[in-house]
Amino acid sequence: MRNRNEYTYDVLVIGGGPAGIAAACAAAPHARVAIVDENPALGGQIWRNSFPARQSHPSGPWHNRLQQTQATRLHGLRVFDAPAFNTLHAEAPDGLHILRYNKLILATGARERFLPFPGWTLRNVIGAGGLQAMVKSGLPVAGKRIVVAGSGPLLLAVAAFLKSHGAQVVAVCEQAPPRQLAHFATSIVAYPSKISQAVQYRTQLAAVPYRIGWWPVTAHGKSQVESVTLTNGARRLTLDCDFLACGFHLVPNTELPALLGCSLHNGFVAVDSLQQASVPNVFCAGEITGIGGLDKSLIEGSIAGYASTGQNSPARKLFAKRNKALGFAAAMERAFAPRPELRRLPAPQTTVCRCEDVAHELLQQHDSWRSAKLHTRCGMGPCQGRVCGAATEFLYGWPGESIRPPILPVRFDTLAEAEKPTAQH
Amino acid sequence: MPDAITITVNGAPVQVPSGVTVAVALTLLNEPCRTSVTGQPRGPLCAMGICYECRVTIDRISNRLACQTLCVPGMEVSTHA
Repeated sequence: MRNRNEYTYDVLVIGGGPAGIAAACAAAPHARVAIVDENPALGGQIWRNSFPARQSHPSGPWHNRLQQTQATRLHGLRVFDAPAFNTLHAEAPDGLHILRYNKLILATGARERFLPFPGWTLRNVIGAGGLQAMVKSGLPVAGKRIVVAGSGPLLLAVAAFLKSHGAQVVAVCEQAPPRQLAHFATSIVAYPSKISQAVQYRTQLAAVPYRIGWWPVTAHGKSQVESVTLTNGARRLTLDCDFLACGFHLVPNTELPALLGCSLHNGFVAVDSLQQASVPNVFCAGEITGIGGLDKSLIEGSIAGYASTGQNSPARKLFAKRNKALGFAAAMERAFAPRPELRRLPAPQTTVCRCEDVAHELLQQHDSWRSAKLHTRCGMGPCQGRVCGAATEFLYGWPGESIRPPILPVRFDTLAEAEKPTAQH
Repeated sequence: MPDAITITVNGAPVQVPSGVTVAVALTLLNEPCRTSVTGQPRGPLCAMGICYECRVTIDRISNRLACQTLCVPGMEVSTHA
């Protein structure tokens, strides 16, 4: 018999990155709070393995603040269903966890957008954030030749990180056109902290070519990547590498808010000034309301935490800062939008759905994701379209579909346990 | 190897650094995590629990995410589903 765990909290925070941590910090003095994350530790992607960190790290003060609260930390839990009013079901290696709440704060973050090109399924072609996460999880990269490609500010951050771990960063290739990026650079004058960060990365990467308007067209290798060909539309360049770290900016993890019925707008959760979603008692913060990075996540998480416990006055004090962060998020969304040329990257035989190995040429015969799913199994594998969904939306213009539970693969015995009546003791 | 621990991968005992995830261990060993439905070897893609490319069998439980599981001494990892 597997384990069954039940809890009830005033405020339940889903997601242990900066937005979730800030929300828990703001709510905890006034309520019974739990913060839930699927990883072995809090910190999210940006603070992976640096929570707790040395005091000088930006996460240090937040760690101290969370330590001073009574907030419960629940690690290694993956939420897969919202079966009843104010109830979530999660799975952990030890079995089913039933989480009840009065207020729910969702801070489920973002994932990388992956776009298919020939060779992208070779081993060691990995997300840019993905490779960073691997290094933070113990992968040594000293002396490894790494090409960083795709789109977004994450590329420079990852390249600087890899270099600081001894990697030989061969090049950083940003797909955004130079004019688009120049416009973005001008617009961030209003955000001095972003400029100093960008300057810091460029200084760390002094000897590394930063190619703007270049994108990968083919990764070469037998079973793992050996080189990558890139283009700027006019010229081609092939670089040898041990890893290709490649992601095309970020897309939000909206599966759980969508399951709860929260309205989405342009792919992000729609929220009011207090971070409340369209569903009562549900607040959303961080990347799921718009890709804005650390500052926006901390501000929105704080507002959601305050608002969820009726502290509207400290929440309102953060509105001006949030508006500024939202301006930066909007500028990023425009600057790092994938260029139309990327739609022509997949060859007929290129795998688009990696779970079910569905090729581009098969998908081109369909006019909707539903049709493609029914006939090819695209999006029907264990990732449930989390990887290919962003790609098929971009490549074929297929919008996402309504989401059904379980939103993650779950073990049968966990589902069976979840079906049992609750009060059986 | 400092602070090495022993796990088994496909039945063979191997040494890996302590504190690393199973995904990192398999990458260090140059071992694919899984074989795709058409027979291609695959390794981690997202490394954050989204893509399921790194799923392996750990201690006889299938479909565990290698990127979110830390190696512990004696752990049995199988990359053959």
